[in-house]
Amino acid sequence: MVKAISKLNDELADATESQLKIIGKPFRRVDGRAKVTGQTQFADDVQFPRTAYVKLVRSTVPHARIKNIDFSAALAMEGVLGTLIGEELPDKFGILPVSEDEHALAVDTVRFVGDALAAVAAVSEDIAHAAALAVEVEYEPLLTISSVEEALCTPEPQIHEYADDGNIHKKVSLKFGDVEAGMEQADIILEDNFFYEGSNHLALEQHSAIAFAEDDDRVTLYSSTQCPHYVHRALTKTLDIPASRIRVIACSNGGAFGGKSDPFNHEIVVAKLALKLGRPAKITLTREEVFYCHRGRHPVQMHLKTGFRKDGTMTAQHLRTTLDGGAYGSYGVASTYYTGALQTTTYKLPNYWFEGARAFTNKPPCGPKRGHGTPQPRFGFEVQLDKAAHRLGIDPAELRLRNLLEPNTITANWLQIGTIGLKECIEAVVRGSGWKERYGKLPEGRGLGLACSAYMTGAGLPIYWNHMPQSGVQIKLDRSGNVAVFCGETEIGQGSDSILAVVVAEVLGIDLKDIRLCVGDTDLTPVDLGSYSSRVTLMVGHAAKQAAERARDKIAEAVAEHMEVPKDSLVFANRTVFPADEPENAIEFSEAVVIAESRFGTLGTTGSYIPPRAPGRYRGAGVGPSPTYSYSASVLEVEVDPETGLYEVIKVWMAHDIGRALNPVLALGQIEGSIYMGLGEAVMEEQAFRRLPKRLSGALVHKMPSMLEYKSPGFHDMPEMTCYMIETDDEQGPYGAKEAGQGPLLPIMPALANAIFDAVGVRVDQVPIHPDFILKGLQAKKNGRDPRVGPTSFPDVDYGEPLIVHTPAQGGDGRAANDPKASKKGLRSASGTMKKREDALKEHSSATLTTD
Amino acid sequence: MPPGIPDGMSAAVLKVNGEEYPVVFPSHHTLLEVLREECQLTGTKHGCELGECGACAVLVDGKPVLSCLQITTDVIGKSIRTVEGLQKGNDLHPLQETFADLGAAQCGYCTPGILMVAEALLENEPEPDNEQIAEALSGNICRCTGYHRIIEAVKWAAAKQRGDDWRPAEALFMGSEIPD
Repeated sequence: MVKAISKLNDELADATESQLKIIGKPFRRVDGRAKVTGQTQFADDVQFPRTAYVKLVRSTVPHARIKNIDFSAALAMEGVLGTLIGEELPDKFGILPVSEDEHALAVDTVRFVGDALAAVAAVSEDIAHAAALAVEVEYEPLLTISSVEEALCTPEPQIHEYADDGNIHKKVSLKFGDVEAGMEQADIILEDNFFYEGSNHLALEQHSAIAFAEDDDRVTLYSSTQCPHYVHRALTKTLDIPASRIRVIACSNGGAFGGKSDPFNHEIVVAKLALKLGRPAKITLTREEVFYCHRGRHPVQMHLKTGFRKDGTMTAQHLRTTLDGGAYGSYGVASTYYTGALQTTTYKLPNYWFEGARAFTNKPPCGPKRGHGTPQPRFGFEVQLDKAAHRLGIDPAELRLRNLLEPNTITANWLQIGTIGLKECIEAVVRGSGWKERYGKLPEGRGLGLACSAYMTGAGLPIYWNHMPQSGVQIKLDRSGNVAVFCGETEIGQGSDSILAVVVAEVLGIDLKDIRLCVGDTDLTPVDLGSYSSRVTLMVGHAAKQAAERARDKIAEAVAEHMEVPKDSLVFANRTVFPADEPENAIEFSEAVVIAESRFGTLGTTGSYIPPRAPGRYRGAGVGPSPTYSYSASVLEVEVDPETGLYEVIKVWMAHDIGRALNPVLALGQIEGSIYMGLGEAVMEEQAFRRLPKRLSGALVHKMPSMLEYKSPGFHDMPEMTCYMIETDDEQGPYGAKEAGQGPLLPIMPALANAIFDAVGVRVDQVPIHPDFILKGLQAKKNGRDPRVGPTSFPDVDYGEPLIVHTPAQGGDGRAANDPKASKKGLRSASGTMKKREDALKEHSSATLTTD
Repeated sequence: MPPGIPDGMSAAVLKVNGEEYPVVFPSHHTLLEVLREECQLTGTKHGCELGECGACAVLVDGKPVLSCLQITTDVIGKSIRTVEGLQKGNDLHPLQETFADLGAAQCGYCTPGILMVAEALLENEPEPDNEQIAEALSGNICRCTGYHRIIEAVKWAAAKQRGDDWRPAEALFMGSEIPD
């Protein structure tokens, strides 16, 4: 078999590889058979007799006080079993401890069309649905806040009282190094406004949850969740029963992409109703409801200012962002930091100032979607680099190569970088695409665009502060030779079960079929924080490796005694154990376990993983650190019709620094899936809203809460893809592995914009890129105007006094040099730049570009 | 209406995967609902409730049908096939094998619908090209794979069924070779 994977460090790679038995080979995923036979049990496939079917009553207005909820018509229906209102679940929850702002069912106030305020349960889904519609709700409308601009100029009424400033949920200003001096050293300074529209994950499986009570204060919940541990915490907080009596089981997710990583109101509601009604309670959201659950990509406006020397190297960058957060916190505080945190991980950026603000608006809450907060600034950065290359007369690939970050360095914002395979990635896509021969030289209408990215392999810190492992694995072995592996990880389609199994199989020299997995069960499996932030392969991989190595060690000790050979001489391979120089004396693995079980009694081991501590010590330094970062480079080829602006993506070349591919087929699947999802966002997907006309209530409603209108790429929309994997064997990864599921999404959007520029000379500084934007640019070009389409202004935001952090190059220690928190109090009155609400509404803001 | 079956309910014997399923169900319920709830055949999935995603596709008399739009009472007496009927005994269907081996199923939620539509295609076209496969599957949405592996897996399964030893390019298993 040809080994197509390219190695950064041949010697190290060969040394590791020579010992590997299964890792690195394209084996069938362990759940592959279940998935193609329909046996995989997704949450909605779990059925119990006597189930009560639950429907949520959702707000029909965007912002209002609840005056009255009348259940009388609903309760009169035959088959209705019970109801639930917010007062019965009075404790708030939320994924981040700093923004626990959700009630399972709204108490007093509803904050967006679709906000849940009551629940009804019935003997069938049909009856529950009819009963939910029969619930009469009386509202007292409040002012609707529909955009960041409106939030800025409408401090009252506050959507949440805990916001930093009026309806600005979170403000961040972090200054690393001497940005002003850096700008002065620059030969050219580029300043651009960008806009990145929000989008939904559109996982094909709608969220579903089913709960049953086992005692008066004991409950089990099956759910389509990426993070059973965090759901467990939310249930503990809201149900008022001890954590030890709540069990959350994560079913295999039918896709998630970040959309199932919050604890959700419907999960709490069915758990509560199961306890209240004494029978299983189940809810499966409709597609429309999934759009209300949302937690998708934040719409982000950006103002990006970067200084370049003539040689293309960067002297300083100042990035300002606004995030349209929707009605609740969700992961939003982290998302806000993420719109700035990873800008430094790809290229040398000696001085960097990041300002970010997230607004509360009366829309479904935004949260984490594949790439969490980083695709938006990555889009701006990579498009601006393309502009800089053209201004400076440097090839865009060459410009990036000149700016590459050194491996094993600490960035200006105190992120510890490990291996970097970006140079090899750029070279791969440049060669693959024939970049040098073709870039800038294709006929009018054809173009190539290049972009790069970096991404975390697991968030360095857990969601809530603690010193416990972020991933744990337990292994049970017995005389059968079967190895049972227990881990809280959650299979969301990415192949985490296969990674868990292959690491154990590799260490013990057994087949994947000799392993039984028990995963994602808070009662039975040790905690793993969940399938988010590309953390599973690295963290679960390490924990599994440690547990398996401890098991191997125990077995080896007993077998060595038994065979009277040195322990270290024993080899575990082909389901056997043998001294390295006496393979003919091999014993079956199961026999080795019998020897160990006889010697030590019942066998079991554990493994756990805690990431290394990051060097940053300033407030906000918790977002961005990771044990190691993946790198990607992409070239995209596009064909644009200059008459209509219609375009087609012809081909994508993607090279990804994966550290090591534990299963190349799974890894390639993640890379290809990232390209696909990136194209969806670049070309068509948008979670957009509109105001109904006055005569129809004037409410702010979702423009397209159905798959009929929310367009996503189909079979005919996918270009040809060529994927290269670069192995850097990072010492922080298990067997050298890094992530693959998010990083390769990031270059796609800017590569498309850059390719369109190469094709027709039009700059589109926002996504999704609609053909009419290109046409508008072409017309501007024809009329001698600037052929650029995108936001023309950036909102006037008072980000407050920045936190000053000296960089490693300045001799900093990772701590902040000042404490601006004290001066933050006067912020609201200090916002003298705020416009009047009416004026702001009249102005053509960037947010309205895609929402009218 | 048989005795004991109230208004608004229907009683029927459905023929699914060659077996008879006696079911009683609300007359307005779709085939998707009856398959999942009454027949307990939960391999067939739902994703959109309005015929856009293809997750619910099954075969009715050999033709792909979106079961979320199919009123059950109209298919009584017809031959219905679902993903549970693809296997022969304990042996996987070639489509199931190639989808599992090539990573054409990631989360696996769209997979049953896609397998059924692909099966209908292969019944009529033993050697489909990329465009024929894309056309046949254009009503199915997959959010995980980016579709290429699905097309290649269908071609691979078709080859296996023909007894041809064609298999997808090595690049799909190990990544592409970087040109010099």
